[in-house]
Amino acid sequence: MSEMVLLGDEAVALGAVHAGLTAAYAYPGTPSTEITEYLIRYRRKHGGPIAQWCANEKTAYEEALGTSFAGRRALVSMKHVGLNVAADPFMNSAIITINGGLVVAVADDPGMHSSQNEQDSRVFADFARVICFEPASHQQAYDMVREAFDVSERFQVPVMIRLVTRLAHSRGIVTVREARAESPVKRAAEPRSWILLPANARRQWRALLDRWPSIQRYTEACSHNTVTQGAVFNDWGVITTGLAVNYYRENLEDLGANPPHLHVGAYPYPAEAIRTFVGGLKRVLVLEEGYPYVEHALRGIVPPATAIEGRESGHVPADGELNPDIVRGILGLTPRKSLRVDGMALPPRPPQLCAGCPHGDSFKAMTTALAGFPDAVVTSDIGCYTLGALPPYNAIQSCVCMGASVGMAKGAAEAGLHPVVAVIGDSTFLHSGMTPLLDAITADAPMTLLILDNKTVGMTGGQPTIRPSSELEGLVRGLGVNPEHFHVLEAHPKHDAHNTEVLRRELDHRGLSVIIAVRECLETIKRGKGEKVAAKA
Amino acid sequence: MKFDIILAGVGGQGVLSVSAIIASAAMHEGLSVKQSEVHGMSQRGGEVQAHLRLSDKPIASDLIPGGGASLILSMEPLESLRYLSYLSESGTVLTATDAVENFPNYPPLEGVLAQVRALPRAILVDTEKLARQAGSARATNMVMVGAAAHLLPVKLESLEHYVRTLFASKGEKVVEINLKAMAAGRAAAAAR
Repeated sequence: MSEMVLLGDEAVALGAVHAGLTAAYAYPGTPSTEITEYLIRYRRKHGGPIAQWCANEKTAYEEALGTSFAGRRALVSMKHVGLNVAADPFMNSAIITINGGLVVAVADDPGMHSSQNEQDSRVFADFARVICFEPASHQQAYDMVREAFDVSERFQVPVMIRLVTRLAHSRGIVTVREARAESPVKRAAEPRSWILLPANARRQWRALLDRWPSIQRYTEACSHNTVTQGAVFNDWGVITTGLAVNYYRENLEDLGANPPHLHVGAYPYPAEAIRTFVGGLKRVLVLEEGYPYVEHALRGIVPPATAIEGRESGHVPADGELNPDIVRGILGLTPRKSLRVDGMALPPRPPQLCAGCPHGDSFKAMTTALAGFPDAVVTSDIGCYTLGALPPYNAIQSCVCMGASVGMAKGAAEAGLHPVVAVIGDSTFLHSGMTPLLDAITADAPMTLLILDNKTVGMTGGQPTIRPSSELEGLVRGLGVNPEHFHVLEAHPKHDAHNTEVLRRELDHRGLSVIIAVRECLETIKRGKGEKVAAKA
Repeated sequence: MKFDIILAGVGGQGVLSVSAIIASAAMHEGLSVKQSEVHGMSQRGGEVQAHLRLSDKPIASDLIPGGGASLILSMEPLESLRYLSYLSESGTVLTATDAVENFPNYPPLEGVLAQVRALPRAILVDTEKLARQAGSARATNMVMVGAAAHLLPVKLESLEHYVRTLFASKGEKVVEINLKAMAAGRAAAAAR
């Protein structure tokens, strides 16, 4: 037993290693990135387990499935919207008879610190019918992952670990246990259980439904779902999930009472335990980080005599993150006194592209080339370059999901807008941009695809792209782009006039053009130099 | 004992290194620690904050409650004013005076500094000058660690130990520069 200081993400990673992990697969995405970064560093130091970045979350999930097929333990991690990309294998893996333990670590981002939405992955776990653990502390993150592998093998289903930003990116102390050895290769006893042909799939779905009551009994009795019998306080009780329990405890001292409290940390939610807990209470406050998931379920579980107060009822804000102060207000406590000063209104300081960023040069050339086209449309994508939506660039008009810029540009162009430019980064293109490009090539869609190649996955901290920049040109050519309308440029101020000219010319072309603008991210250059200095020292 | 610190600054200023040193020192002295960080999009030149909580009892929330912070430690003057609602009535604002004017409507700096000075317990440190005198303009964050030292519930030796640890891989010269920067920060905070 030793104590370590870990990020929530790192606690998940180390928990997996100590649970006998064989392989971890992922695509970077805030706030989940540090799980795999930790495992990659761990592998460099200790020689294993396997830890790899993948082309996208779907490929990562499928690779982890292969590990499970071989009877060994796999971790696949992603941010919440990454699970949308991996939804196909995720949903279907629930009805396969899981062999080696499969744990899906999904980091949600309530409050949307670095995301397009704040979807709650517990709903996805419910939809797929898999078990979900929701840690509320670093220690729980570590312990639950280990337990998740055992439970995954016991019930033969994938198990989700649902993290949120404030745990993923918070550091705390974790007591670690002795590591379990990796499992040997052992093929599934019943090979048909992995072949989802309709006849097999019907049987598999039935088998999962048959196992479900035993899974429910497990979470009913699970130590992560705990009741604290407090003094009944105005016939009132509190249910918390995830990190909300911490914000509740933070205020408990000032509440002057200790109402009965049920914390839910393992799903399927314990319907029996909830029913027993609520019995006799006139009012239940539900505090959960994310959607009103348990609150919604409660309405079908508890008698109408009990008032249910949560996000759905309007007692808790319907959107955004919770914090100690929001929970304090909900509990009816007055705000703590703070040093209040009436002063100037502070202007916000939005994030922006670094000074000298190659994306800035590409936006400048593109904006100049688009001058004189009042109907021009620029669709874009997920990455640092999404900051092109903000001043001083104001250069892009869409950001929806990974790869959407390419397909949306084709649709908008075919609907009659002109000119249409899709702006996508190199890693996002490799993640989800190549398939819509095939559509655009096939239709010779009248659009220009601008791939910003900064030779890295920039926004998440400079991970390597799945294939190097040097291969991007050949890759695009290989997809079948017309060489006459395919250009590779250097995104640099000294080439501004030339780059603008090339863009301008391609905007006039009433068919598909592809332009790659290459220059390495300043951050990775800086870091590379730093590493060299460190290596010398 | 409970000591909550809001660390503020602009993405790229090394706020997390400051937090890491204080957190490590506190842990070394047997305190409970939670440290909430900002990663991802906001790190790109935007406003960043980290919540560092030190206590001799278990800590519930990763986030500091409003009115709970004993110290706002800011790498940038405008940012030092952004989180005042977190500061307890007896709390201190410690800020670097060097502005990062990376957006067009940055208010006049003199006004910003005047507002910080008007706070009941404000410490302003000319970090950039002190860091350069210590040998590297990049050591501004260690000047701030030094300037905060007398307020923190940890021993100076523990802080120095973790400054050494943090920079050990970069060689003895870098370690010395950062320790010197830290000492300069301490002297500056004491002299005011």
